[in-house]
Amino acid sequence: MDELLKILQNNALQSREDIARMLGVASAEVNERIKDYEQRGVIRGYQAILNEDQLDLDKVTAVIEVKVTPQREGGFDVIANRVSRFPEVRSAYLMSGGYDLLLFVEGRSLREVASFVSEKLSPLEGILSTSTHFMLKTYKRFGVLMHQENTDERLSITP
Amino acid sequence: MRGSVSLRDRLNTTVRDIPRSGIRDFFDIVSTMRDVISLGIGEPDFDTPWHVRESTVFALERGATHYTSNYGYLELRRALANYVRKNFGAEYNPENEVLVTVGVSEALDLALRALLNPGDEVLYHEPCYVSYRATILFAQGIPLAVETKAENGFRLTRAMLEAKATPKTKVLMLNFPNNPTGAVMSRSDLEDIAAFARERDLIVITDEIYGELTYDSPHTSIASLPGMAERTIFLHGFSKAWAMTGFRLGYACGPAELVEAMMKIHQYTMLCASSLSQKAAIEALTRPEFDVTAMVDEYRRRRNFLVASFAEMGLESHRPLGAFYAFPSVAKFGIPARDFALKFLEQEKVAVVPGTAFGECGEGFVRCAYATSLDNIREAMARLQRFIGRL
Repeated sequence: MDELLKILQNNALQSREDIARMLGVASAEVNERIKDYEQRGVIRGYQAILNEDQLDLDKVTAVIEVKVTPQREGGFDVIANRVSRFPEVRSAYLMSGGYDLLLFVEGRSLREVASFVSEKLSPLEGILSTSTHFMLKTYKRFGVLMHQENTDERLSITP
Repeated sequence: MRGSVSLRDRLNTTVRDIPRSGIRDFFDIVSTMRDVISLGIGEPDFDTPWHVRESTVFALERGATHYTSNYGYLELRRALANYVRKNFGAEYNPENEVLVTVGVSEALDLALRALLNPGDEVLYHEPCYVSYRATILFAQGIPLAVETKAENGFRLTRAMLEAKATPKTKVLMLNFPNNPTGAVMSRSDLEDIAAFARERDLIVITDEIYGELTYDSPHTSIASLPGMAERTIFLHGFSKAWAMTGFRLGYACGPAELVEAMMKIHQYTMLCASSLSQKAAIEALTRPEFDVTAMVDEYRRRRNFLVASFAEMGLESHRPLGAFYAFPSVAKFGIPARDFALKFLEQEKVAVVPGTAFGECGEGFVRCAYATSLDNIREAMARLQRFIGRL
């Protein structure tokens, strides 16, 4: 993967000047390359990684395993795209193994998610079955530990 | 001082007369201060890879808590021989040509003690790691420092060695990528040095602890050059590439006769390296590429950042090509490197190490380690710019 993307994926807030220093190029070039990635849709957005457990939100997240019947034309894509359009669905993946789609669904309460599953998701044509698991606590998201402080045990000067 | 017995007179004179490491000296000053950004730390800021730590706990549970072979676990020596062949291009027999040691520091001490008789001369290049001169002296050798220069990228040349070598010279010590300069040697640079070593019939001790950490071109080991393995002791360890400094695990590879001699000293002084550290090392070698590559990429970004920052503030620096050190010149400010470092520390709370800690010819330079987060580096560079603006 391009170094520039690795840097952004690690910290998208890094200034363009600093990124230019890290890559040994001019900052105008960094701007251009980022713009190009954005236009081509390689970069689709920038978000903060939150420790939501600290925020006391009215929010529950469910992981839903979905079995579907692939369509005659378009295979899994038709149903997967249709499911993905619901704003409640935060992430959707096609999986190998015992089920086909894995969905991350958010709602304000257990009841809200349950009603999404029973009223919106399950009745869709092609959905064979669903299995819903509610998340209880987040330990790590996007490679970031949520409950551990960084400690540096190193001495301040070493050879 | 306790009572009236003067112990100073009873000390071994070599030990008595060797000064404490300049690093140690500087550490004592820094450690009294709070909230210092340190560019003085010569060890990775990455955590030891989790799979290595996790497997060390497992090894403890499984009871790997006993003496091992003096040479180290055979399983580890096999993995090491394999790793060195693949990554450094030199072949060693794990049965008798690989010795696991307590860090490279022990391996270096063993190699010198195994080779030197009183009065034998050892060529080494400065600026260099803080222990080299002392270790040669402890082994009753005569240290011959060869000064490397910034204008030459701190590389070593045959001419420099020829100017210093005498018929009593027995050993040549190398350390590339280099601490403190970040210098590396290309294959053709090393070929000249190797030819010199062969002609003068020297034994080469090569400390390649930073061998994985090169940023612009791949590393070449002198041990891989024709006719060199038979006269070279290759030293390496797990501190830098796997961020395992506290595990204290190194190793030496070389001709069986030499390794056997080193093993004798090791046997009587250390017995063996820590069994748990050895288990950790076995795990580290089972999937090394991923961890190391990610670290190298991050160090490269920081190196580039430092080089660009020095250039922007008009600070002269050769381009460091390996290890995680930059060695910019502060000579133009007209004060000794130590004073520069002390003032910088006092006024801006940033620690860099004066070049003189690495040999007299380090005067006029400071070592900036970039084994710290980019946020720290950015802030340190902003303070450095402010500081030199006032000088």
